[in-house]
Amino acid sequence: MFSEEELKQVEELKSHYPTNLSAVMGVLHMYQDKYGHISDEGITYVANLLEVPEENVLGVVTFYEMYHQHKTGKYKLQVCTNVSCMLRGSDMVLQTIKDKIGIGIGEMTDDGLFSVHEAECLGSCGTAPMMSVNKDYHENLTPETINELIDALKAKG
Amino acid sequence: MSEYQPVILPDIPDLDRIDVYEQHGGYQHIRKSLGMAPDDVIGIVKESGLRGRGGAAFPTGLKWSFMPTDGEKPNYLCVNGDESEPGSFKDRQIFEFNPHLMIEGILIAGYALRIKAAYIYIRGEYEKWVQMVEKAVADAYAKGYVGEKMKETFGTDFSCEIYVHRGAGAYICGEESSLMNSIEGIRPYPRVKPPFPAQVGLWGCPTTINNVETIANVPLIIERGADWYKNIGAEKHPGPILYGISGHVNKPGVYELPTGMLLTELIHDVAGGVPGDKKIKMVIPGGSSMPPLRGDQLEGVRMDAESLKEIGSAIGTAGIMVMDEDTDLTRILTRITHFYKVESCGQCTPCREGTGWMLKVFHRLLDGEGEPKDLDLLHSVAKNIEGNTVCALGDAAAWPVKFTIERFRDELEAELSR
Ligand SMILES: Cc1cc2nc3c(=O)[nH]c(=O)nc-3n(C[C@H](O)[C@H](O)[C@H](O)COP(=O)(O)O)c2cc1C
Ligand code: SF4
Ligand code: FES
Repeated sequence: MFSEEELKQVEELKSHYPTNLSAVMGVLHMYQDKYGHISDEGITYVANLLEVPEENVLGVVTFYEMYHQHKTGKYKLQVCTNVSCMLRGSDMVLQTIKDKIGIGIGEMTDDGLFSVHEAECLGSCGTAPMMSVNKDYHENLTPETINELIDALKAKG
Repeated sequence: MSEYQPVILPDIPDLDRIDVYEQHGGYQHIRKSLGMAPDDVIGIVKESGLRGRGGAAFPTGLKWSFMPTDGEKPNYLCVNGDESEPGSFKDRQIFEFNPHLMIEGILIAGYALRIKAAYIYIRGEYEKWVQMVEKAVADAYAKGYVGEKMKETFGTDFSCEIYVHRGAGAYICGEESSLMNSIEGIRPYPRVKPPFPAQVGLWGCPTTINNVETIANVPLIIERGADWYKNIGAEKHPGPILYGISGHVNKPGVYELPTGMLLTELIHDVAGGVPGDKKIKMVIPGGSSMPPLRGDQLEGVRMDAESLKEIGSAIGTAGIMVMDEDTDLTRILTRITHFYKVESCGQCTPCREGTGWMLKVFHRLLDGEGEPKDLDLLHSVAKNIEGNTVCALGDAAAWPVKFTIERFRDELEAELSR
C-alpha cells in the first residue's frame, strides 16, 4: 500500500523515537493523506507495519479530531467558530457556504466534493474569520472570497 | 513604546532562511554557550527573570534547575507548539518568520539540560508550519549545527538531536504530560502529578517542557546578557512578549512589545481601537482559559503576570480577546464551554460531567428559557470543577464561567429575557 518512497519515510520516522509506538501518529497522517480517511483496513496495515498492537492504533485514531474513520468530502471546509472568529463573522462564513453549496456543519455534498466541519480555534484569531480547506488556511474571509474559493475548488474538481 | 525594536520577530526580510539568520549573528550564541559550564547557562537564564510564555509564567531558569545531572537516564526537552488555546496565535509567527531562533534556543537549552534529544510538538492543523520548521531543522542539520556533526562544528563533546512531532487536533495535548503521552504514541491522557516531568517524563526519563516563545528568548539572553533582559518591561515578569490581539479591534494581530504594557494602550493605540468607537464590554487577557475582565475595569491594568493576578486574572498566552458593548456574553460563554466540553479528555468526573452540564444550562439560556437561578447553578458547577481535576483544563473550563457570572451578573441577567 505504501510505496518504496513512503516506506523510507516510515523508517525515517521510526528512527526519531526509541519505540515504534511513537511513530503511529506520523504514519497515520501519511495514511490519511494518501487515502483520505483511515479505514479498519488502514488501522491493521499501520499496526502491522509498525509491529504494534491494533488496539493502540485504534486508541490513537479515535482520540484525535484530525483522524477520520469515515469518508469526508474531497475538500474539507473546516470553519472556525470559536470566540475570535465568532466576533468577526464566522456566522457569515457558514451562511455563505450554505447559500453556495447547500450544506452546513456535519454535511457533505452529494458529489462528495465538499464537507463542512465546525473547527475549534485554528490559531488564526488575528486574521479572523477563517477556515481551513484541507491543509490550507484561508483568512480574513468575506462573502466574495468564500464564493471565489468555492468556485475555484469546483473548477478544479 | 514606539521606540521598541522587536528582537524575536525583528523586521529582517527572509530571516527564516538559515543564511540570513547566520548573517545576523545566528548560531553564534550556541557557540558562546558551549564555552560556559551548563550550570552557568542556567544561571544566566535564572538571572534574566525569563518566565514561561506557555500559560503559567513559571520561571524558566528555576524549571531547568530541577533537571537531574547524574546522567543515569537520557534527558529530554519538549518544545510546546501545540498552540490551541483560543485567542492564541503567536508561536506560529516564530515558526514562520524566525524558526532558527527557536532552534538555536533548543540547542542552548539542550546543552544546559544535557539532553539527548528535543521534540518540537506542533499542532496537526499547522501542517504548513510543520513543513517550514522541518525545513529549518533540516537546514540546521545540513550546516552541522545539530546532531553528531555539532561536535566537530563547535569543537565540543555535546550533541543532541532535534525532531518535529506533529499533533492531530487535540487541545489537551498542549498540557505538558498529555503532550508527552502523545509523543509516546499512547492515548494522551494527562498524568497525575507528582511525579513531575523533571523526574519522570518522556519514556520515564527526566524531561523539561517549554513553550516555543520561551525557548526563542534564550539565544537573545545569551547574546545580550541577563541585565539587558531584565530591564525590559515589567520588573517581575520581564522581557519582550508576543501579544496576540483579536476580536473587536481595528488592527488585530501579533505585536512584539515589552511585558507590562497598559492593556488600554495595547487595545487603543497598538491595535487601533474598537471599530465604530464602541465601548468595550469584556476583555479576556490571556486566551479563553483566563478570567475575563470588565470593560470598566481596564484602566491602569498592565499586561504582566503580577499585575493581572492582582486584578483577578492571569497572563496566560497573552492572547487578548476584545469584545465590544454589543457582544452577547451568553453566546460567548456557551461557545467557550462547548470548546472545553469537546476538548475534555474525560478522565475526571468533575471535568467531563461538569462541562456537559454547564453546556446544557447555557443552551437553555440561549433558548430564552433561563432564570436567574440558572446562573447560580452554573456558578456552583464551575466551582465544583475548579481544583478537583487531574489537569488544569478543569480550571480553564470553570474560570470563564465562574468569573463572568461574578463580574457580569447584571449583563447576563439582562440577556436572560432574550
Ligand atoms: C489544557 C492545557 C493546554 C495547554 N496548551 C498549551 C499550549 O498549547 N502551548 C504551551 O506552550 N503550553 C500549553 N499549556 C501549558 C503547558 O502545560 C506547560 O505549562 C507549558 O508548555 C510550559 O512551558 P513554559 O514554562 O515555557 O511556559 C497548556 C496547559 C493546559 C492545562
Ligand atoms: S481536567 Fe479534564 S482534561 Fe484534564 S485530565 Fe481531567 S478530564 Fe482530562
Ligand atoms: S478563534 Fe478562530 S482561529 Fe482562533
